[in-house]
Amino acid sequence: MSDPMRIRAQVAGEKATVRVLMSHEMETGLRKDGAGKVIPAWFIQDVAAQLNGKTVMTAQWGPSVAKNPFLQFSVKGAKAGDKITISWTDNKGDKRTDEATVS
Amino acid sequence: MTTRRQMISRSAQLAAMLATLGLLPEAARAQAVAYNTAAFEAKTMAELMKALGASAPVESKDVTITGPDIAENGAVVPIGASTALPGVKRLLLLVEKNPSMLSALFDVTDAVDANFATRVKMGQSSNVFAVALMADGKVLFAVKEIKVTLGGCGG
Amino acid sequence: MRKILSLLALTALSTAALAQQKSAADAIAEYRAMLADGNPAELFEARGEELWKKRRGPKNASLEQCNLGKGPGVVKGAFVELPRWFADTGKVQDLESRLLTCMETLQGFDAKVIAATPFGKGEQVSMEGLTAWISAESKGMRFNLPQAHSLEQVNYELGKRAFFYRAGPYDFSCASCHGQAGKRIRLQDLPELTKNPGDGVGFAAWPAYRVSSGEMWSMQRRLNDCYRQQRFPYPGYASDVTIALGVYMGVNAKGAESVAPALKR
Repeated sequence: MSDPMRIRAQVAGEKATVRVLMSHEMETGLRKDGAGKVIPAWFIQDVAAQLNGKTVMTAQWGPSVAKNPFLQFSVKGAKAGDKITISWTDNKGDKRTDEATVS
Repeated sequence: MTTRRQMISRSAQLAAMLATLGLLPEAARAQAVAYNTAAFEAKTMAELMKALGASAPVESKDVTITGPDIAENGAVVPIGASTALPGVKRLLLLVEKNPSMLSALFDVTDAVDANFATRVKMGQSSNVFAVALMADGKVLFAVKEIKVTLGGCGG
Repeated sequence: MRKILSLLALTALSTAALAQQKSAADAIAEYRAMLADGNPAELFEARGEELWKKRRGPKNASLEQCNLGKGPGVVKGAFVELPRWFADTGKVQDLESRLLTCMETLQGFDAKVIAATPFGKGEQVSMEGLTAWISAESKGMRFNLPQAHSLEQVNYELGKRAFFYRAGPYDFSCASCHGQAGKRIRLQDLPELTKNPGDGVGFAAWPAYRVSSGEMWSMQRRLNDCYRQQRFPYPGYASDVTIALGVYMGVNAKGAESVAPALKR
């Protein structure tokens, strides 16, 4: 349904820096269209990251996170070849999960 | 130079803000992992929410808020929250003058650094806060002003 | 002691004043640098690569045989040599008019329909991805538009005329904003396009992801919006004048490094 996320995970010493670009409108629900109608809120609410299947980070977002959101965090103990999985759920209940290999 | 009076009033301000968001540690524990709608809908600093018996938020050099001094466009402002202190449970990013103050909330586990960066929308120039909710109940914050300007007509 | 203190105070004050002198331009450069890693244009690049390889249209074919000037299917390096003359159409074409040609001849799409489609709709969305990816395949390379063919040279001259042509209710031309060095609109620096304005600037910075609208703008869309700002009638999508302007700006930018797809306000 939505575009795949771009996930980059690079080892830096004992950790991996994970950078994610998600494709999402992140509509605040405060804007109006040309006809004056409110554009409904549509935004990612929950984000989770897993390292080799184990949850390492969870987050909750509001509609003020920017469109096509970017996220960066650092996972401890990640090695090259490990699997990073990122998932999100939005306020409409849509979900998306993508994964990448730590390099 | 921030006087003690300014710091206290700012701490009180932040306490009120966090109280309205239901985000002082006790409340956070009670709400577990359900999406905290109330927190993300809190509109004003003065909004009344559940009272929380947490310590007053204190400005701390041990919490860092990163971001540009000027954002060319308020639609995409890169900001980050971090702390090197052990025992942090959550890191929050707040934009004071946004319709809803809370932008993002990160749960810190042992598996990640207490260091998160994302991009937020800012409706206008505003103070931006990084808030650390500590396991021992302390609440620490750092603040930075980010000016938002529209650009010109060009690309 | 007091003298030292007051001297320190004076130094502190002037340092503070100097610090505040960090120009708005510097602060904005910092802001842009913070966003450089993780350009949402990458999302469009991914789409574009998929569209290039996907069988689509009435002929159910991919674009993998499309000739962008360096041979059928050769994408790397093609972007920095466009617009150029093509033997099969006998015309000088820019990236988007060339994509229209390929989408029509290889895939069976109707180029006229795509040209008439508003930006952000229908197959124009495909153009966003395709131009993002194709330009990314030349990222870091330097512009080197050919001027060997007589039509390429004619287009350069046409482009120059179009660039300086004043019209519209404001009597603007492209040169009004882009004809001199050091010009600015509010906080936007305006590159001088009558010569090479430098790496990653002007012609070398489009297609770009515009954060203000969260949209991917191709060069055609950028030109279209320039015309709008001059209160000119909109140029036709991939029309002769837009291609001529591309030749003029691209040849002037010879040697400049392309940073497309870039990130813009």
